[in-house]
Amino acid sequence: MTTLVVDPIADELAGPGCCPTSGVALAAHEDYGQSSAVPLMLPTADPSAYVDVSENGARSLHLMVENLHCAACIQKIETGLLALPGIETARVNMSTRRLHVAWQGEQVDGLQIMRRVAALGYPVAPFDPETLKQLDDVENRRLLAALAVAGFAAANVMLLSVAVWAGAFTHMGEATRGLFHWVSALIALPAVVYAGQPFFRSAIRALRARQLNMDVPISLAVVLAAAMSLYQTIQGGEHAYFDASVTLLFFLLVGRYLDNRARARARSTAEHLLALNSQAATVLDEDGSERALPINQLRPGMTVLVAVGERISADGCVSRGCSLIDSSLVTGETMPTSINEGGRVYAGTVNIDAPLQIRVEAAAEDTLLAEIVRLVEAAEQGRAKYVRLAEKAARIYAPVVHILAALTFVGWIFVAGSGWEPAAMAAIAVLIITCPCALGLAVPAVQVVASGMLLQKGVLVKSPDGLERIAQCDYVVFDKTGTLTRGQPQLLNPEALDSRQKAVAAALARNSRHPLSRALVAGVGEVEAIDTREIAEQAGRGLSAVVSGKQVKLGSRLWCGVMSAEVTDDATLELWLAEEGEASVGLRFSDVSRPDCEAVLSSLRNLGMKFELLSGDRENAVKASAKSLGIDDWQSECMPDEKVRRLHELEKAGHRVLMVGDGLNDAPALASGFASISPVSAPDISQTAADLVFQGDSLKPVLAAILIARGANRLVKQNFGLAVTYNMIAVPLAVIGLATPLVAAVAMSSSSVLVTLNALRLRFAARV
Amino acid sequence: MEVLIILIPVALFLGGLGLCAFLWALRSGQFEDLDGAAMRILNEDEAGAEAPVNESTSAN
Repeated sequence: MTTLVVDPIADELAGPGCCPTSGVALAAHEDYGQSSAVPLMLPTADPSAYVDVSENGARSLHLMVENLHCAACIQKIETGLLALPGIETARVNMSTRRLHVAWQGEQVDGLQIMRRVAALGYPVAPFDPETLKQLDDVENRRLLAALAVAGFAAANVMLLSVAVWAGAFTHMGEATRGLFHWVSALIALPAVVYAGQPFFRSAIRALRARQLNMDVPISLAVVLAAAMSLYQTIQGGEHAYFDASVTLLFFLLVGRYLDNRARARARSTAEHLLALNSQAATVLDEDGSERALPINQLRPGMTVLVAVGERISADGCVSRGCSLIDSSLVTGETMPTSINEGGRVYAGTVNIDAPLQIRVEAAAEDTLLAEIVRLVEAAEQGRAKYVRLAEKAARIYAPVVHILAALTFVGWIFVAGSGWEPAAMAAIAVLIITCPCALGLAVPAVQVVASGMLLQKGVLVKSPDGLERIAQCDYVVFDKTGTLTRGQPQLLNPEALDSRQKAVAAALARNSRHPLSRALVAGVGEVEAIDTREIAEQAGRGLSAVVSGKQVKLGSRLWCGVMSAEVTDDATLELWLAEEGEASVGLRFSDVSRPDCEAVLSSLRNLGMKFELLSGDRENAVKASAKSLGIDDWQSECMPDEKVRRLHELEKAGHRVLMVGDGLNDAPALASGFASISPVSAPDISQTAADLVFQGDSLKPVLAAILIARGANRLVKQNFGLAVTYNMIAVPLAVIGLATPLVAAVAMSSSSVLVTLNALRLRFAARV
Repeated sequence: MEVLIILIPVALFLGGLGLCAFLWALRSGQFEDLDGAAMRILNEDEAGAEAPVNESTSAN
């Protein structure tokens, strides 16, 4: 069977790498390793369903774009698209990594636009802006508007307040003071009503559920301070504390905004990865026509075409063709298996050799995939129990604050025998001073800095509490294939060939998509071009061709007729080159580790972390890998549920396990580990289960994630410490009435600034 | 002190102007892509102008 698949888009894709222009950009890119590690997917899904056509023929399309890093990326995509006929706007949003294209007429269609972007080196996927984007955006905008209003009010009220305080020393007239108070009230009250809404809403929600959260004391403090001040103003009294309530709001809103931004980013990262990973299947209808269908719309009985290099999208039987199937993502097995007509194939495996037609069968309950999905779901239910540190603190903190304020009020009336006004003032001062700005501001600030630093290192933080959990891990479980190793075979002995043989071998291998052929082409490096004729490939056996009149074969031992050479251990794969009239040469291949694997493992060891290897691959391969990397604990041929069981064992032994893995078979383990990281080459189920996703060829991002997470956690704890110390000093003062609400507001603000500055120290503290 | 009657409204008006400008910018979507805005400065010509192609871009 001869197959010579020429795919113009694939070739174009292989051409320009990402981002390349300025020196600055290049430096930033080094951290990502080679962009080739990111799977370059052809946009097979037909985006026409996502194209929005208005009445006058204007069309627009929203796309998610990956691999955006710098100014040059923006320009490359935008100018690239504007060069197409009819395109009116092409605008990249760097923050959300989305692209909006608008055009007129039917000269171009959505698919062309997607191909164009993909050809520039950026994976794309269409999305529906209505369903995805609005929620985050509305919330974010509302917070920013509230922040602006609170900032405006705080600045102006403070200005007036300073005048009043100065007036207290220079004998300001009562009428002037009254005027200032009234003006302050006029600014502060609407501002409190508007800017306080995020807190009020959340407080009411919590109270309805008969719970206390941090927003309850915040709302109480703000509302009470404003109400008391209004009362004082009406009475013509001396003290009004509008400034306290608006400054409080302003600081809290800064924290809330940062927190919301970090969460929105984490969520959009997750959505991106999902959208970019979902491939459409090409369905062959009975009349012979082809159409693209989303995978979840496949039904039993349909015939699906699977091109070379494509992931098989459903369980089924091969109805035409024979090929090699790479199931390394599913089982961890590096060696491809051959498949013929009538053979069963499973979703998630990759077709590497020749096009196949597959008749979809019902996803049986007993398939590996169904089993994996079941295990992942079970594991995720268990994980939902994790409570973030800040929430834990808030659960203790909120009731204490209320009780303290109430006791102050009661104490002043009954013990000190004062009137209700000074009692209320003291109680409000307690509420303001204990205000959790330190927590509300410092924790999100640390999170934002940490995820920003990780993003620069090619790590995407997917779950908001992922970093916090990673920081607590003391045990790392690695998967082998695709995680510690590259997941692809590499040529081990290029020196076995002389330069002429290299050229011949490469010329043959270039015509095949078999992983070993690709490894051979990559392994021999630059060679001269050689004229080959009559190239033919037999699936599962090898290639043959005629080079300068002589028959040449490249393939398996049997294909090349080699009987004599001794069999190497089965951790290595082999390929033979047989030229007519010459001795056959054996080439060995093996899945090699990621380049900095050993360095990362020894750094982990220095951090006091233990690790082990759980692989689905065969014993010899795992043993060899473990030995070369110096890992003592390893298990081979693990089924997905065995991995989960092992993780539970470790958990029972008191460890907090960080699972690092990429295969489908790792997905349940990723979901049941205390925290988990997966490379971006992993299938969607695994990426969904993981907390963090890293890009590139190197394993260093895993180390960076652990270090930065630990640094962030250290800073959060320091900030808790600072906040507690501050409260221990300030609260007694407030209780005995030494701190007026104004002093309380100033003390609270300065403590907020202190913890925020401390949070920003992460950039220096966790240098990796 | 009568001057305050004028000065306070003037101060508030100017401040309010700033606030309105910010809210307008927010509504018109200028805060939707803060990272992109920071990077677009580096592009010599705003994408879309076809004539002078960035030297560095044409080099690759």
